[in-house]
Formats: sequence, structure tokens, C-alpha cells
Amino acid sequence: MAGSKEIRTKIKSVENTRKITKAMEMVAASKMRKAQDRMRASRPYAEKIRNVAAHLSFANPEYKHPYLIKRDVVKNIGLIVVSSDKGLCGGLNTNMLRLSVNQMKTWETEGKAISVSAIGNKGFSFMNRVGANVKSHITGLGDVPHLEALIGTIKVMLDAYTAGEIDQLFISYTKFINTMKQEPVIQQLLPLSDEHLGAHPHHDKVEPLSTSGVIKGAVKVGIAKGHWDYIYEPEAQPVIDELMVRYIESLVYNAVAENMASEQSSRMVAMKSASDNAKQVIGDLKLVYNKARQAAITKEISEIVGGAAAVA
Amino acid sequence: MANTVHIDVVSAEESIFSGEAEFVVAPASAGEVGIYPNHAPMITTIKPGALRIKQTNEAEETLIFISGGLLEVQPGFITVLADTAVRGHDLDEAKAIAAKLAAEEAMKNRTSDMDYAKAQAELSEAMAQIHAIERLRKTH
Repeated sequence: MAGSKEIRTKIKSVENTRKITKAMEMVAASKMRKAQDRMRASRPYAEKIRNVAAHLSFANPEYKHPYLIKRDVVKNIGLIVVSSDKGLCGGLNTNMLRLSVNQMKTWETEGKAISVSAIGNKGFSFMNRVGANVKSHITGLGDVPHLEALIGTIKVMLDAYTAGEIDQLFISYTKFINTMKQEPVIQQLLPLSDEHLGAHPHHDKVEPLSTSGVIKGAVKVGIAKGHWDYIYEPEAQPVIDELMVRYIESLVYNAVAENMASEQSSRMVAMKSASDNAKQVIGDLKLVYNKARQAAITKEISEIVGGAAAVA
Repeated sequence: MANTVHIDVVSAEESIFSGEAEFVVAPASAGEVGIYPNHAPMITTIKPGALRIKQTNEAEETLIFISGGLLEVQPGFITVLADTAVRGHDLDEAKAIAAKLAAEEAMKNRTSDMDYAKAQAELSEAMAQIHAIERLRKTH
């Protein structure tokens, strides 16, 4: 019975692997639901803050925030790379990093310098390994993203923007479309573009504002009509400053929450196919094992028959 | 109905409160502000403190503790954009420095500039692996 013991050991080992992948699949499935809930929970804030920011960018207070001013010459670019902390989630990080690296290469050929801020372990170690200029990073966010943990990393980039060290800020992350489909995207954070504040997929409450600050057409019930501006308490500038920082943070937080939902569903799908694959392998191995066993039995019988014939 | 105002309290991580209120008191940075329905549009920063909401049909005021944020007032609704963390210039600064130092520390052992060829090669390798696994699975 040559080899049958080895095959049995192999089957055992694949079965154990399958148990692990199956468990990981189920863990990912339950985490995915929570991650999706969190992703949705962060939307009202993002929507509200965008509405206020949209109004502020058009209502013309004497103070125009630097985040809203486009710079004529773009020489330095900041990129926030959002990735997962752990692997075993299919092509999630690879796809996102590939998109980022291709974009970075395009910028490089245009003669722009790039500094990177990494959120998540995978992106950070990759960027570090390939020699990108990593300005700040945060890893080990766990399953529940907290804005508090992100503040520092974001501030480094915002400060760099205010100081003129970078002229544009982008973020790359994996957008959650549905459980089966996630898409890597790169979005511009700074300077805030009009489309950022105006037309947005989830933006259905406030009508587009004309540049003069007069609201066109029907407005949401409760908003003051005609040309108006807020009473700023205590003053316009600090209020707008605080608001803009929070707006960017909420965008980044959203990206992180969405990335986590993508990570969990991607992992669930990857682990499911790994489990299916293991099942297939076990089936194949069992077939080989039975064949070997059968062959050994046949051989033994023929040996006995042959022996008996020789004796007789 | 005319003398109530809709109030939403939201933070980046969750929606905290949503409902109709007769009167709201918020801890604005310049001092407490009380807001009745049909208030003029106003926007202000708020400091850590308790937000008091007097709801219709309820004798007791609803108390919500918030660690700062922003308050937007419109004639028909109030939005409280609550912070999830206690903020302060120094605190934020400390976090930024920590994030920077961590990155510098991790970059110490590095010399060259970004090597795109290496990056792309590494990524194509990973992609190829994933594709190979997928192909293998299909042929099985």
C-alpha cells in the first residue's frame, strides 16, 4: 500500500485548512454586516457637513478658505492610501495599490513630487518597501474605525497643504459597490472642487446653488430663502476652519469605513472560494486514495492466487 | 407644529438623535445659546458640554453630552455635527506629530527614492498569482 498513508495525511491536512478557511469565511460574513452598517451610519454626518460646506463655499463671507482655492501650478501631490491591515482578502489591496502606483507614475512623469500618507498596514509596508515618500501612517485600526485614530494622519497632510508643501491631495481606497464587487478609486480631496460640494450621488436634499449665493428653485423646507448668510459665532474664519477640517476628516473616515466593508466582503468571497477549492482537492485526493487502496487489494489477491497456484 | 424645530445630532460614526424640539440649548464656544424655532441662520463651534433638547409632549429635557463640534441653525432645522473625540489644537498637534514620527521611524532603514519598476513588478507578481489561482480553480 505504497503512498496511501501519505495521501491520508494530505487529506487530513487539506481538511484542516478547509476548516480554517470556512471559519474565516463565517467570521468575515458577520463582520461584513457590521462594517456595512458602520459605513451607512457615517453617511448622515457626511451629508450634513457637505450641505453646510456647500453653502459656505457659495455664500460669500469675506474669508475664503484655502481648501477652496485652486492653485495654478501643481508641483507637489499628497496621496492618502487606504488599505487593510490584514491580508487574505483576495486582490483587494493589490488592485488598489496598482491603481495608485500607476497614477503616481503618471504624476511622476508630469514632474510632480508625491508624498504618501498610509492608512492600514498593507499599503504602508508596500509603500515603504518600494521607496515612496511616506509622511505619516496609521496601522492597526482594528475592526471598528475611529475618527480619533485618523486625526493625526490627516492633519499631517492638511498641514502640508496649508504650508504649501503639497498643492493637491488625493485619496485612494476600495469603494464598496456590493458584496461581490469592490472597486479601487482615487478621489481628489483638496482643493475641494465644486462637484464635491454640489452634485453627489447621495446629494438629493439641497438644490444646486448658483455662484452668487442665491439658491435656485425649490429649496429644502426650513432653509432660509433668497440671498443670505449665516450668523457666524464667534467669527467666520475659525468656524469655517473647523468645518473644513472636519469635512475632510469625514471624507477620509468614510473612505476608511467603506474600505473596511470592502475588505470584509472581499475576504468572505476569497475564503469561500478557498473552502470550495479545498473541498474539490479533498474529493480528488479521496479518489486517488481509493484507487491506490483498490490496486493494493487487487495486487495482494493476485499474489495469494499466484502463490496458491505455485504450491498446487 | 409650527412652533417646533427639527433637530439632528450626528457624529462621523453614528446618528445620535433626530426629532422635533420646542427649544434647544447648546454649549456654544462663546457661551450657551438657546434656540427657538424660526431662528435666523447661524453657524457656530461648540465646546464639550451637554446639549439640552426640550421635546414636544415630554416634560423632561433630553440631555446629550457632546465633546465639541459644530452647530448649524436654520429656521426649520438644527444640525449638530458632534465630534467623536475631544479636540483641541494641542491634542491634534500631538496626534499629527505621533503619526509623523512613526512614519519617519519606519522609513529610517531606507535609502533610495521610489522605485516604480520594483513596485509594478511586485504588484504584477501578486496579480499573476491571483489570476493563476483563479485559473487553476476553473480548470479543476
